[in-house]
Amino acid sequence: MNLTMLNIRRDICGYCGACVSVCPEGALELIDAYLTVDDTCITCSICEKICPLGALEVIKE
Amino acid sequence: MKRQYDMLVVGGGPGGAFAAKTAAAKGLSVCLVEKRPAIGTPVRCAEGIGKELLTDFLPPDPKWICTDIESAELVAPDGFSMLLEPSKAGNEIGYVLDRKIFDRELVWKAAEAGAETYVKARATAPIMRDGAVAGAVIEQHGKKYEIDADIVIAADGIESKFARWAGIDTTVPYKELETCAQYLMTGLDIDSRRTTFFLGNEVAPAGYLWVFPKGDGTANVGIGIGGGKSGDGHRAKDYLDRFVAQKFPNGKTIELIIGGVSVCKPLASSVADNMMIVGDAARISDPITGGGIYNAMYTGRLAGQTAIAAIEAGDTSREALMPYDTTWRASKMGKAIERNYAIKEVFTKLNDEKLNSIIHSISKINLEHFSTLTLLKELMKANPSLLLELRHLRSLL
Repeated sequence: MNLTMLNIRRDICGYCGACVSVCPEGALELIDAYLTVDDTCITCSICEKICPLGALEVIKE
Repeated sequence: MKRQYDMLVVGGGPGGAFAAKTAAAKGLSVCLVEKRPAIGTPVRCAEGIGKELLTDFLPPDPKWICTDIESAELVAPDGFSMLLEPSKAGNEIGYVLDRKIFDRELVWKAAEAGAETYVKARATAPIMRDGAVAGAVIEQHGKKYEIDADIVIAADGIESKFARWAGIDTTVPYKELETCAQYLMTGLDIDSRRTTFFLGNEVAPAGYLWVFPKGDGTANVGIGIGGGKSGDGHRAKDYLDRFVAQKFPNGKTIELIIGGVSVCKPLASSVADNMMIVGDAARISDPITGGGIYNAMYTGRLAGQTAIAAIEAGDTSREALMPYDTTWRASKMGKAIERNYAIKEVFTKLNDEKLNSIIHSISKINLEHFSTLTLLKELMKANPSLLLELRHLRSLL
């Protein structure tokens, strides 16, 4: 079981899709104004780093 | 929505719109789907475009042109600024567009040419037959439609997933993603015919900050920084807020615009059996400026033309669509991307001291043509040491 997970802070997310383009696993998808993450996420933190607003965080469960 | 089309276009930006318009005008049955409820919004762009580039595609229209730019100011890390005024020599610079109106106009033209258009309609998966794309599953208003198409155009922008689902790796290396934030501001005391670019590792590491006027004291004030420089407490928005507080403390923000721009090499292949990838989805944006409107319109139109010929010949295989890929790579645009990629690799590594000396040294040059290329040629002349670092690029210039 994963000990870490990606949390999307929807109050901060501006649904721009920048994170989707850098995700090495294709785990993120932007559905109109709603960002989703699926179970292929490896919590590599790349999206967390590049988000222009800081809406993504890898958290330890 | 029918069950079968000659061409299915995923994405209603400038690339998708031009592909759809071009193919529909020649009689192909075309379906364009846009996942957003409205074309042109939310804006993901600084909205600047070179005049000559635009007029390649459509006559300028005051409906979607905010300002006509006459000069550009380049501000060095130390605050020294140089002015580029090619308009004094009768040459053109560019426009700042209103993308909300512009994009809508382009899709309207595609519809007028005969393309069907659907909004809030999202491609959720490709239909694959014998390992090749044969259409897409489209979801709209809670319903699923399986749409067959001889050719699918992936025009789904920076957050593109369609080509990836079809087996092509479209991942942008994160250090080659410019992470951007922009405010549309009003109440600014600025020259409405001048764009300003701020450079430096303190202002915008591995990127630049821009002020693109939109008339009546409004402007796009935005920034792109290299993905490798971004992190907690020093994100694009943090840099922008710092700049705005210092430079435009009395300006009012009326819109927040964010997004990512790829400055990597374009995809190794922009075609597959029955599929072409255009614009940002194929990572065909300029590695120095980040500009992508022209590139999207150009590749969109070319994909449309290629589709017409392929369908007429009854062969839409990867091989039959390959002229699309080879043509844009060999074009002026393709060559500029190749050259600018190599130059970007050198420039993003320069320290502020070096940037200062470069900008000081070229400040007295009267540039008659404003383009990245002419600017770079002058840079080289004035900076022999830079020429040394870029010597392997000589053949490209």
